[in-house]
Amino acid sequence: MRGLGQYADDLAVPRALTHAAFLRSPHAHAELRSVDATAAAAHPGIIAVLTGPELAAIGKPFITGVKTDAPHYPLAIDRVRYMGEPVAVVIATSRYVAEDALELIEVDYAPLPAVVTPGHAATDQSVVLHPGAGSNVLHERQFRYGDPEAEFAAAAHVVTVDTVYPRNACTPIECNVVQASFHPGEQLYDVVANFQGPYTLHTVMARSLGVPGNRLRLRTPPDSGGSFGVKQSVFPYVVAIGLAARLVGQPVKWVEDRLEHLSAATSATNRVTKLRGAFDVHGTLLALDYDQLEDCGAYLRAPEPATLYRMHGNMTGAYAVQNLAIHNRVVVTNKTPTGLNRGFGGPQVYFPLERLMDKAAATLGVDRVEIRRRNLVPADAMPYRTASGALLDSGDYAHSLECALGSERHASLLERQRERRAAGRLYGIGYAAVVEPSVSNMGYITTLMTPAERERAGPKNGALATATVNVDPAGSVTVHAASIPQGQGHKTVLAQVVADVLGIGPHDIVVLMDHDTGKDPWSIASGNYSSRFAAVVAGAAHRAALTIRARIAAIAAADLNVPPVELEFRDGFISSRHNPDNRVPLARTAAKAHWSPLAIPAAAGAGLRETATWTMPELTEPDAQDRVNSSGAHGFIFDLCGVEIDAVTGQAKVDRYITMHDAGTLLNPQLADGQVRGAFAQGLGAALLESFEYQADGSFASGTLADYLPPTACEVPDLEILHDPHPSPLTPLGAKGLGEGNCMSTPVCIANAVADALQTSVDTLPLNPARVHALMQAERGGADDDATPTAAPGSTPEDQLPAALHPAPETAAADDGHGMTGEGSTTIRAAPDAVWSCLNNPGQLRALLPGCKAFEQSSDGEYRAELSLGVGPVRGLFDCRFRFTPVVAGAQLRIDGGATGALGASSGTAIIRLDDVLQPDGASGTRLDYRYSVTLTGKVAAVGGRLLDGASRTLIGQMIKALASAAEPEREERGTWASRLGAGLRSRWSDSGDSES
Amino acid sequence: MKPARFDYACPDTLDEALALLAEEGPAARVMAGGQSLAAMLNMRLVEPRVVLDISRLHELAYITANDLYVEVGAAVTQRELLAWPALADKLPLIAQMLPHVGHTQTRARGTVCGSLAHADPSSELPLALALLNGEVVLQSRTGIRTLAARAFHTGLMTTAVEPFELIRAVRFPVLGDAAVTAFTEVSQRHGDFALTAVALTGDRRRIRIGVAGVEDRPKVLDLLWRDDASLQDEIQAKVSTMHGSDDIHASGAYRRDLVPHLAMRLIEEARDALSAR
Repeated sequence: MRGLGQYADDLAVPRALTHAAFLRSPHAHAELRSVDATAAAAHPGIIAVLTGPELAAIGKPFITGVKTDAPHYPLAIDRVRYMGEPVAVVIATSRYVAEDALELIEVDYAPLPAVVTPGHAATDQSVVLHPGAGSNVLHERQFRYGDPEAEFAAAAHVVTVDTVYPRNACTPIECNVVQASFHPGEQLYDVVANFQGPYTLHTVMARSLGVPGNRLRLRTPPDSGGSFGVKQSVFPYVVAIGLAARLVGQPVKWVEDRLEHLSAATSATNRVTKLRGAFDVHGTLLALDYDQLEDCGAYLRAPEPATLYRMHGNMTGAYAVQNLAIHNRVVVTNKTPTGLNRGFGGPQVYFPLERLMDKAAATLGVDRVEIRRRNLVPADAMPYRTASGALLDSGDYAHSLECALGSERHASLLERQRERRAAGRLYGIGYAAVVEPSVSNMGYITTLMTPAERERAGPKNGALATATVNVDPAGSVTVHAASIPQGQGHKTVLAQVVADVLGIGPHDIVVLMDHDTGKDPWSIASGNYSSRFAAVVAGAAHRAALTIRARIAAIAAADLNVPPVELEFRDGFISSRHNPDNRVPLARTAAKAHWSPLAIPAAAGAGLRETATWTMPELTEPDAQDRVNSSGAHGFIFDLCGVEIDAVTGQAKVDRYITMHDAGTLLNPQLADGQVRGAFAQGLGAALLESFEYQADGSFASGTLADYLPPTACEVPDLEILHDPHPSPLTPLGAKGLGEGNCMSTPVCIANAVADALQTSVDTLPLNPARVHALMQAERGGADDDATPTAAPGSTPEDQLPAALHPAPETAAADDGHGMTGEGSTTIRAAPDAVWSCLNNPGQLRALLPGCKAFEQSSDGEYRAELSLGVGPVRGLFDCRFRFTPVVAGAQLRIDGGATGALGASSGTAIIRLDDVLQPDGASGTRLDYRYSVTLTGKVAAVGGRLLDGASRTLIGQMIKALASAAEPEREERGTWASRLGAGLRSRWSDSGDSES
Repeated sequence: MKPARFDYACPDTLDEALALLAEEGPAARVMAGGQSLAAMLNMRLVEPRVVLDISRLHELAYITANDLYVEVGAAVTQRELLAWPALADKLPLIAQMLPHVGHTQTRARGTVCGSLAHADPSSELPLALALLNGEVVLQSRTGIRTLAARAFHTGLMTTAVEPFELIRAVRFPVLGDAAVTAFTEVSQRHGDFALTAVALTGDRRRIRIGVAGVEDRPKVLDLLWRDDASLQDEIQAKVSTMHGSDDIHASGAYRRDLVPHLAMRLIEEARDALSAR
């Protein structure tokens, strides 16, 4: 590490550069009534504050693959549909100033009920996100291959799994970056962004910018701080920042920060699957039946719903089964739009499929390895056409499996398990067999259309790869490819491939991988995704190099007086194979091509620059039976692992992990293993740690890396990597993709091991300690009372409130059992009627509200106040509205309210009950019991994580104590709020929340 | 994720720092290593008018020890304390805990007293302070006062430090040779804030168990040696009233229910250590 990289944020910037910051919705779902930017626009240093309608006036909504009326603009127009959705963009002289102005924009939101789970979205009862679409189900299709119904009817065993794959995303270190300017003379957008492809999205961006493709010059930087597919999510911001640059007439730069990235960039789809498998008595898989419910978040953002169709040809995994039924539904929910993510669509399929194989083994009483072995696609069937159309190009899956098990490896793992179990420990073994597709067919997404619709639209197919080799007059070689590397080592591999062809050293070659759509060759399939580099991009470079060599050979052949086929390229010379002394330097021949174009043979062509653009002929469009060869190459993986679980904490620890890969020819074994390790780390994260969590009201709760938990080096165990290469006959170099495989295999392999350890079913991820603990409790059936968790904090018998308080407040949070709830009680040295009158006296109310800056009574029992609320050093100003409703006059009160501020928005309900008690001194006192339920959304909800529950309890406790203080007749002199909270009160009031044993 | 505008003061002397605090009061926030405060500033959860950086105050960069306690000045980083040669001898509990406080990188900047000032309910060092019955030395321009752990840490991320005061140092009592200590925590990743952390000090007569991560601040249980079943029952009873906080990672009940199990692991460790003597 020398700090010499050129990342998007390091590049030279134009004069008059301005900086953008986005105002983002704190609500998951709300009508956008008005956006008032007057104060923000007047702030010093602000150049403009732009809103949705202003951008929409010169741009167009994004196009998607599904024809539906659900328009998506770079800034929300009249409704926000996920927390973090951009609402306005501030353009300022610096990012700091821009963020100052964000706090001055006044937005009037009218919250709507949120649709959070895909199951809810698919029902008629959910609020429709896009009224024009008429439903939250934006796509539905059924597929049938072979005769699945007959097989299920005749099967000896039908095994079913119901799985919920969570939301997660691989997490690049570098977030999204866009720098855009608009040249009015040429009507051209010049954009630098750390975009990674696919370049199908160039068309989408140009259209939304309102220009033909040649007027969007999109450049990518030389280096990338990682992507894993995720940088695809920069494209809506290319449009937003491009339009903003045009409107302000100055270049604009935006650098996404981590808070924006986690809450609003992208994620993998979460998916609910019911998978049925039909088996005969021997455990032969006869048919599969998938019911897939895919959640793409608030908008179907291109290329979605591609996650669902990327695997369409591979729904039968590594198994030879020709009867297949698939029911696909795609829903929108009030969550961040989904998109590319390493393993794209794979983990969502293999989680149910490989769980099913385990469950089938248990049902049939067959060994888990054996049931897989029996059903693998046999080597002599290669190339094998799957039921849904994929052409599995090469492999000997059974051989690879046996190699993975080895003579000792599997046996020692089983022995380890026996030992641990004998010692009373929880130890499980997991297996997973996975086919890893690579090189996406540009036509696979059209499988979502009916054959008739495809017929009308015209065929889409292929996957053009583009690479260029240039030999300059000095004979030095430059290579370029329309692949946008994200740190995988493209330069190393391309230099090796071309060097081998031209007989020069790899270090003599310069590989430049920054890309400019205005000047460099590219095509629709260009970019860095679907593990296409080794399989086809390096192959295109190889072809370009071969062509260049043939042309150089034609020149040298004339000079050396030997036929071209007898020439060898080695050590910078071209020589006769039979007479090595008859040779000429490559540089001299190259010079001749440039200096003496009239003196070279016609067969050598002109100049020495060659661009190869190549596609795999096997990548045909979907056929009339909806069969599609969705990917060009197919690797095979067999994983096995041992996982130990702490019986007390539920922590799952991967003890051993073995991963066997058939990725065809390995172009660079060291880089290949690096890819496997990276995908394994991310697969491990998906299995044990990572999940984007949303509350019942749609508020996002994983907004920092303290709550969204990618594994660190400490959490990633070493793994044993094995290779059993069976070169692809279809790719130029025999290579198949391998960078995504462990994102597909590892989550379910670990899940299978946990299920084995606990002898229970595992149907969702991540398997974090609390979830595993809950699985253990469920398995014990609650027999162990000592360890059975109680439902909610504070619900121990001592704290039980009178039954009258228990009807749940009618908030969404309470209905779903989410949000934050709590209760407590305190004793006040005043009679209940005094406390009651205090609660109903606006003057006293004002005094008891913490940090009250303004207060008004809008009608009887309804109040509006501006409060400074906070815990510890965290403090913010909130506009609060609340309504007091007497339930039982003098004894029970219900308070409904809401608060909004820069830190977020909150709503909730509290019920307060007053009871007469006798004070120790004989005076009349009041026992005050309270119960509350609050939801929080916006920034503080996203980043506050584990502290929110305690913080809300603290704040409510503060208010109750203030009430006690206000009602107390002989109370001491009233000081500041802070001093009232001081030691005096703490010792005077017995608050159950403060009790000590 | 850029902080709101603030003034930055980085005085060379404690007097200057205290004068500035006296002048600015609640408008100032003291920063030492900035490992918690900088993130809160960047997220605009905290918007002070002045950030007072005390990391260069040589007067606060000290570790001293006597027979009763070890005093750690407010400019001492967690890494410096971890590297202090007498640590394992004088403060074995802290030596056990510190590797769990963040990571090497954050410990290189994060300070011991800064962690106490932040008063996170899951933090290890506030747990040590509570369990060891330590003291915090607060200083303002008008004088010095010393608070016991319980008076210092008043609630969730809340301490008794007044706006015009700063933490000058912390004193961790030195346990006698007869004492044993033990520590364990459950966190999802190394260096994360613990879901539940449990620490133990004890001798042949007594056991003290400290619990962090469950309630808004550490809780201490005093026990006498008894048979395991009785001890477990007693701990179970004492933690049953704890108000655990729910979050996306675990329920309050999960955090609370871990306590007796983790405590019994530590008790077993302590018993082994005592019997080995």
